[in-house]
Amino acid sequence: MTTALERPPAPAGEPRAPRRPEVRWGPTLAGAVRKLDPRGLVRQPVVFVVWVGSVFSTVLGIAEPSVFGWLVTGWLWATVLFANAAEAVAEGRGRAQAATLRAARTTTVAVRPDGTEVPAADLRPGDRVVVVAGQVVPGDGDVVEGIASVDESAITGESAPVIRESGGDRCAVTGGTTVLSDRIVVQITSRPGETFVDRMIALVEGAERQRTPNEIALNILLSSLTIVFLLAVVTLQPLALYSGAGQSTIVLIALVVCLIPTTIGALLSAIGIAGMDRLVQRNVLAMSGRAVEAAGDVNTLLLDKTGTITLGNRQAAEFVAAPDVDEREMADAAQLASLADETPEGRSVVVLAKHRYGLRERTDLPGAEFVPFTAQTRMSGVDLPDGRTLRKGAAGAVTGWVRALGGTVATEVGDVVDGISAAGGTPLVLAEHGPAGARVLGVIHLKDVVKAGMRERFDELRRMGIRTVMITGDNERTARAIAAEAGIDDVLAEATPEDKLALIRREQEGGRLVAMTGDGTNDAPALAQADVGVAMNTGTTAAKEAGNMVDLDSDPTKLIEIVEIGKQLLITRGSLTTFSIANDLAKYFAILPAMFAGSVPGLAALDVMRLASPESAILSAVVFNALVIVALVPLALRGVRFRPGPAEAVLRRNLLVYGIGGVLAPFAGIKLIDLLVSLLPGIA
Amino acid sequence: MSDTASGWLQVALLVAALVAVHRPLGDWMARVFTDARHWRVERLVYRAVGVDAGTEQRWPVYLRSVLTFSAVGVLFLYLLQRVQGRLPWSNGMAAVEPSSAWNTAVSFVTNTNWQGYAGESTMGHLVQMAGLAVQNFVSAAVGIAVAIALVRGFARTRTDVLGNSWVDVTRAVTRILLPLSVLGAVVLVLGGVVQNLSSGTDATTVAGATQFLPGGPVASQEVIKELGTNGGGFYNANSAHPFEGPSAWVSLFQVFLILLIPLTLPRTFGRMVGDRRQGLAIAGVMAALAAASLALTTWAQARAGGAATQLAGAALEGQEVRFGSPLSSLFGAATTLTSTGAVNSMHDSYTPAGGLLTMANMMLGEVAPGGVGSGLYGMLVLALVTVFVAGLMVGRTPEYLGKKLGRREMTLASLYVLATPTLVLVGTAVAMSTDAGRGSMLNDGPHGLSEVLYAFTSAANNNGSAFGGLSANTTFYDVALGLAMAFGRFLPIVLVLALAGRLASQGRAPATAGTLPTHRPLFAGLLGAVVLVVVGLTYLPALSLGPIAEGLS
Repeated sequence: MTTALERPPAPAGEPRAPRRPEVRWGPTLAGAVRKLDPRGLVRQPVVFVVWVGSVFSTVLGIAEPSVFGWLVTGWLWATVLFANAAEAVAEGRGRAQAATLRAARTTTVAVRPDGTEVPAADLRPGDRVVVVAGQVVPGDGDVVEGIASVDESAITGESAPVIRESGGDRCAVTGGTTVLSDRIVVQITSRPGETFVDRMIALVEGAERQRTPNEIALNILLSSLTIVFLLAVVTLQPLALYSGAGQSTIVLIALVVCLIPTTIGALLSAIGIAGMDRLVQRNVLAMSGRAVEAAGDVNTLLLDKTGTITLGNRQAAEFVAAPDVDEREMADAAQLASLADETPEGRSVVVLAKHRYGLRERTDLPGAEFVPFTAQTRMSGVDLPDGRTLRKGAAGAVTGWVRALGGTVATEVGDVVDGISAAGGTPLVLAEHGPAGARVLGVIHLKDVVKAGMRERFDELRRMGIRTVMITGDNERTARAIAAEAGIDDVLAEATPEDKLALIRREQEGGRLVAMTGDGTNDAPALAQADVGVAMNTGTTAAKEAGNMVDLDSDPTKLIEIVEIGKQLLITRGSLTTFSIANDLAKYFAILPAMFAGSVPGLAALDVMRLASPESAILSAVVFNALVIVALVPLALRGVRFRPGPAEAVLRRNLLVYGIGGVLAPFAGIKLIDLLVSLLPGIA
Repeated sequence: MSDTASGWLQVALLVAALVAVHRPLGDWMARVFTDARHWRVERLVYRAVGVDAGTEQRWPVYLRSVLTFSAVGVLFLYLLQRVQGRLPWSNGMAAVEPSSAWNTAVSFVTNTNWQGYAGESTMGHLVQMAGLAVQNFVSAAVGIAVAIALVRGFARTRTDVLGNSWVDVTRAVTRILLPLSVLGAVVLVLGGVVQNLSSGTDATTVAGATQFLPGGPVASQEVIKELGTNGGGFYNANSAHPFEGPSAWVSLFQVFLILLIPLTLPRTFGRMVGDRRQGLAIAGVMAALAAASLALTTWAQARAGGAATQLAGAALEGQEVRFGSPLSSLFGAATTLTSTGAVNSMHDSYTPAGGLLTMANMMLGEVAPGGVGSGLYGMLVLALVTVFVAGLMVGRTPEYLGKKLGRREMTLASLYVLATPTLVLVGTAVAMSTDAGRGSMLNDGPHGLSEVLYAFTSAANNNGSAFGGLSANTTFYDVALGLAMAFGRFLPIVLVLALAGRLASQGRAPATAGTLPTHRPLFAGLLGAVVLVVVGLTYLPALSLGPIAEGLS
C-alpha cells in the first residue's frame, strides 16, 4: 500500500493536470439575471453605470419608440447581462466542487469514547469522539489515541489513503474524511460550521469573497475613469447644442457606455474568483484573496531542503576506486554488496552500477550470504560462495575491519573520504577480504540528489526577482554545497524554528515579502509570520491554522506555482485594463463623426472606418463593446499566459498584445459588426 | 538667414543651454532643500513671520501653512488693488473693480497670471512691484515647495513629516528665484528691456504723431514672469511688446528662462531620491512631449493652407513678425507647455491645428514640463498611474521607487487626474449654456467655442495665457475663471501633499529583477503615452467641436 506520505512529489515543471469543471449554461444565465439587482451591482461601479444607462434608455424607448433606440437599449442590457454572466461562470466552476464537499459533510452522529452518541453538529472544541473503520470523521481534530489509515479523497481528490496517528506531525484529521482501518480517538478542534470543509465550501463558491486590496485600488482607478468619461459626455451636450449638433439622450448614453472601461469592469470580479479557482484546481486552498495577491509579490522563498529541493534520501553518485583497483571491478563489488540492501541508499548503488557501468542486476546468487547492517558493526555486505567477503559502510568501521584482517589502507582513500565529507556528501567505504587478503576497493560517494528540473526553476525565479533560501538542519558546509548545486541563493543551516522566524522578520524589515511552506507544529509561528504561509495538508492543525494557504497535495514545490498564479492574477487584471482603455480610441472614431458629421460636415473626415450610417456606427460600437466581454471571458477565467522573465520583458510583451492589440482590434471588430448591422432595416 | 534655418538654430541653442545648466542647477536645488543650515537673511524672515524653522511638519500642517500663506496673499493683493488710488506710485490709476481685483489676486497667487485687465492702463508701479511681482516670486516658490514635499515623500521612509513649508518657500525665493532673477534681469536690461520708475513719456514719432511710451520696472518683473512660469506681463501685449521683448535674442532668452526650472527640477528629484536615472527619465518624458508639440506647432504654422499664407511662407497673422514664425511657435509652445502663459504672439490667430496644439499643451495638465514645481508633481502623479497599470502587467503589486500603490495612493492619484478636467469641462459647459458666457465671444462657430474652451483650460491648468478673442473682463468670467484658477491650483496641492504624507509613512520595498524598472525608455515611453491617452480621451469630444471642427471645415 502506498500512502500519500510516501508518494513521490510530482516532478517539478509538470504540474498535475488541473481539474476543469465545465460551464453549465442554465445556472449561469439564471445567475446573470439574478445579479441584475442594483443593490449588488453597486459594488461594481462601472457595470452599475451601464445598468443605470440601460434603465434610462428603456424609459426613453417606451416614451419615444424607434428601432435604433430599442436595439441600443437591448444591447445595453446585454452588456450588463454579459458582465453578470462572467461572474456567474466563474462562481459556477467552484460550485461543483462545493457540492462534493457538502456530500462529505453529511455525518450526523458521532460516538463519544464512553459509547454515547452525539449529533455531529453539537461537537465543540475539546470533545472527544471515537471513529472506527468505515466511519466518517465528524469534525476537524487531532488524533489523541491510536493509528489509522484515512481516505481523504473527499477533500484532496487523491484516492491513496494516508496514515494518521496520535502525537507528532501526522495527528491532524479533517472532518468529512473516512477512516479505512483501525480505530482512533479524535479530539475536536473546530466549532460547528467553521470546519475546514465549511471554509472550503465558502471559498470555492466565492460566497465569502472579500475584495482584495489591489482589486479595490484598481476599482478606484476605474471609477475615476468612469467619472471622467461621464463628465466629458455630460458637458459635451451644451457644446453640441451651441454647435447646432445637439444629441439625443440615447446617443449620449451609448457614448458613455462605450467609453467607460466596461470590459475590465465586467470581468474584474470574474478574474478574482477564477484566480482562487485556479489555486483550488491545483489543490491549494487560499484562506484569503489577499494571500494570493501577496504571492505574486513575494521577494523571498523559504524552501525546506528535504522533499522540496532534494529527493528524500541520499543516493550514490559516484564510485571512487582505490589506487590499484579497477573502477569496473569496484562497481561490480559495490553492486554485489548492495543487492540485498533494500534501503534507498543501497538501491541507488545498484542503480548507479547499472547506469554508469552497464552492470545488470543479478537476481540469484546461490550460496551467497547477506550480512545486514547493524548499529554495532555499522557495515553491511555479502559473503560469497567463492570465499570472498565484501563489506561496505562507514569509513571508520570498514577501514577498521580491513586492518583487523591484516590489510592496509592507502592514504588516498582517507583523502577521498575527507573530500566527500567536505563537499557535503556521505562517503561509504567498500572493502574486500579474499584469498589475497583484505583491501579497500574504493569509496562510494552518497549525496543529496537535487530533484530534476529544480535548478531551472530557481533560475527562473531569480529572473523574476525572487530570492530562494534553503532551510535545512544540515551543517553550513553541507548546506552550501547542495545550495550551489541546486542554484539556491542562500541557506539557513542548522535551522531551528526560532532561526526561521528571525529570518522571516529580518527579510520583512527590509521590505521584502516572504513565502514558506511548513507542516509541523513548530513551523506554526513562522507560517503565521510569513506573508504567504503554505501549510501541508498532512501537517498539524496548528500549522494549518497558522498559514494562509493549505496545500492538499502536501507538495512543497507547489509554492512556485502559487507565486505564478498570484502573478498571473495581477497580470490578467492589468492587461485587460490596458485593453479596455486602448479600445476607446476606435470607439471615438466610430461615434464622434456619427454624432457630429451631420451638423459639422468636416468631422466626417474622422470616420476612418467608413461606417454605413450614424445609427449603424453607434450601434456597432455598442455591440462590439458588449461582445468583447463575452470574447474575453475565457481569458479572464484562464488568466493571461505568464512566462517568467524580467519585468521589462513581461511588460513589453503584454503591452504589445493588449495595448497595441487593444487599439487595433476594435477598428476591425466595429467595421465587421457594421457590415452586418447595416443590413438591418431602419438602421442603414 | 531663412526662417527655417534660424528656427533650427534657435532650438539648437536653447537645447544646448538647457542641457548645460541641467546638472549644476538641479544639484544646487537639491542641496537647497537638504541643507541643514539657514542663511542669516532667512533667519530674519523666520523671526519676522514668527515660525520655528527647526521643526518639520506633518502633511496636514504643511498643507495648512501653504493654504494660509496663499489666502493671505490673495487678500493682500485684493486690498492693494482696491486702494491703489490712495497709494504712492499709483501713476494716477484708480482702484480696480472688485471682480477684476479678485480675479487678478487669485490669478497671481495661483501662479496662473491670467490677466483680464490691460497692465499699463490698470496697475500702478506699486501694485506691479509690491503686489504682482512679489506673488510672481512666492507663488512660484509655493509650487516648488509642494513638489519638494512630494519628492521627500518618495525619498523618506516610515516618517510622518515632510519638511517645513516656511523654510521651503523661503529658500526657494532666497536661494533659487532671487539669484537667478538678478542674473536674468541683467541680461534682459543688456538686451534692451526697460527698467525705470518713470510713469512714461510722450514721444513724437517720425510721422509727427504723439505716442505715449509707458515706462516702468519692466525687466525685473519680466525675468520672474518667465523664470517662475508666471506669465503676467507688464504690458497688455505681454512679450510681444517691444519693451518686454525687444529682440529675437531676448525672446529666445525668455524661452530659456521659462523652461529652466521646470526642466531642471526632475534632476533635483533624482538627486533627492538617490537615483538620478529616475530624474532623467522624468525629464526625458517632459522634453520628448515638448519637442513633439513644438515640432507639430511649427509644422502646422508653416504649412497653413491658403495662397496668401504660402506666399508669406507661413501663417503670419498675429505672429511676432519681427522675429519670424518659428520663434513665435517656439514661444507659443513653451509658454503653454509650461504654466507660464506669457505670449509673444496671439494664439487666437494660429492656424486651427496650431491653436489646437497650444490648447492640448495645457490640457496635458501642465506636465511637459509644466509650471515650476507643479509640472514635477503633476508628472509624478501621472507616473504613479502609469506604474499602477504597468506594474499589474508584470504581475506585482505596483510600486514606484519602492513605494507600493494601494487603495489610498490610487484614490489620491485618481482624484488628482480627475480634478482639472472637471474644472475645464464643467466651466466650459456652463459658459456655453449661459448668455453671460456666450456674450463675451468675439467669434461664432467652432472658433468661438475654442476661445471659451481655451480660457477655462488656461485658468484651471494655471497657465494664464489667453487665446484672445474673448472679452474676459466681465463679472462672469472674472468670477468663473477665478474659481477655476483657485480650485485648479489648490485641489491638486491638497491631493499631492496628502499623497506625499502617505508615501513618506511607507517603508521601501527593495528593487529586484521582478520590479518594473522606471528609469528605462520603455517605461518613459509608456508614461508619455499615458499622458497623451488621458488627455486625448478626456478632451477629444470637446476639442472635436472646437479646433478640430474648425480645422476640418
